[in-house]
Amino acid sequence: MNEFIVLRVVTKALTPFILLFGLYVQTHGDFGPGGGFQAGVIFASAFILYGLVFGIGVLRRVFPARLLLLLAGLGVLIYAGVGIVTMFMGGNYLEYAALASDPAFGNHIGIWLVELGVGMTVSSVMVTIFVTFADFKAATGRSR
Amino acid sequence: MIFVVPDVLLLALLLATAFAVARLRNLVAVVMLLGLYSLLMALVWVVLDAVDVAFTEAAVGAGITTILMLSGVALTGREEKPRKHRRFSWASLAIVLATGAALIYATSDMPRLGDPNAPIHRHVAPRYIEDSPREIGIPNVITSVLASYRGYDTLGETVVVFTAGVSVLVLLGTSARRREDEE
Repeated sequence: MNEFIVLRVVTKALTPFILLFGLYVQTHGDFGPGGGFQAGVIFASAFILYGLVFGIGVLRRVFPARLLLLLAGLGVLIYAGVGIVTMFMGGNYLEYAALASDPAFGNHIGIWLVELGVGMTVSSVMVTIFVTFADFKAATGRSR
Repeated sequence: MIFVVPDVLLLALLLATAFAVARLRNLVAVVMLLGLYSLLMALVWVVLDAVDVAFTEAAVGAGITTILMLSGVALTGREEKPRKHRRFSWASLAIVLATGAALIYATSDMPRLGDPNAPIHRHVAPRYIEDSPREIGIPNVITSVLASYRGYDTLGETVVVFTAGVSVLVLLGTSARRREDEE
């Protein structure tokens, strides 16, 4: 889409704001609507928009396939790991209250970490699916 | 009475979109209309005061799903294959009408929308609303429920998303990987 100057300029101008909004939704899930899942999707959509307009190659340079898979796995690991940590600290699995001496503060930390894990997994999986589809089409050249 | 107008309008638009999706053969148009359907559905959630669900519906249903489905359509084909036997069947119509009538009949037994005495508002919801400020200490009760009270479910959902990503890589990732190796 190199010839559409309006699209290119608008995409470049919008991308940082979409990313910022994603971060806002990620960290503000405790107080307003949103959370890791929505934030992950918004975060991924910024990268997908950029990839759509400037080509998958640019996206690939920022996020190699291995990094995406690593982030996706790390997200699940953070979520499941928080559960293990709470067990070591004397609670049940995913009982965040055990994370700190003040149960409400422990819950706050636990939810923040868990939402971070969800956001990482969701955003990297969404970008992975998009990039894999686009690469598959480019590699096979299949279109009808 | 005037408050009913937007609701009726929304539902009519939903119905029209769903009908168009069922009738259209061009899959790109179908995907676009499904995105529109999700956006309308997000408005319905806002009307029902479920802003968290509305936000998810708008971001996931209308946003990312549309682009992923478009990538899928680009891989498979833009037109739905014509069916060989496309004829009108009275039996199908009768079954659909009977099911629809049964569902509408069943709504007469449902509690009124927002009725505080409805079973769903008497079960665990009061406990969450009353105890979560003390137990969890964050203002958004929905986040408390999703991440803490129902933490196992959300963990399961995250694993499902992860599995989806891995499955796509296993099924379609090979061609891309081969190309990377060649370079």
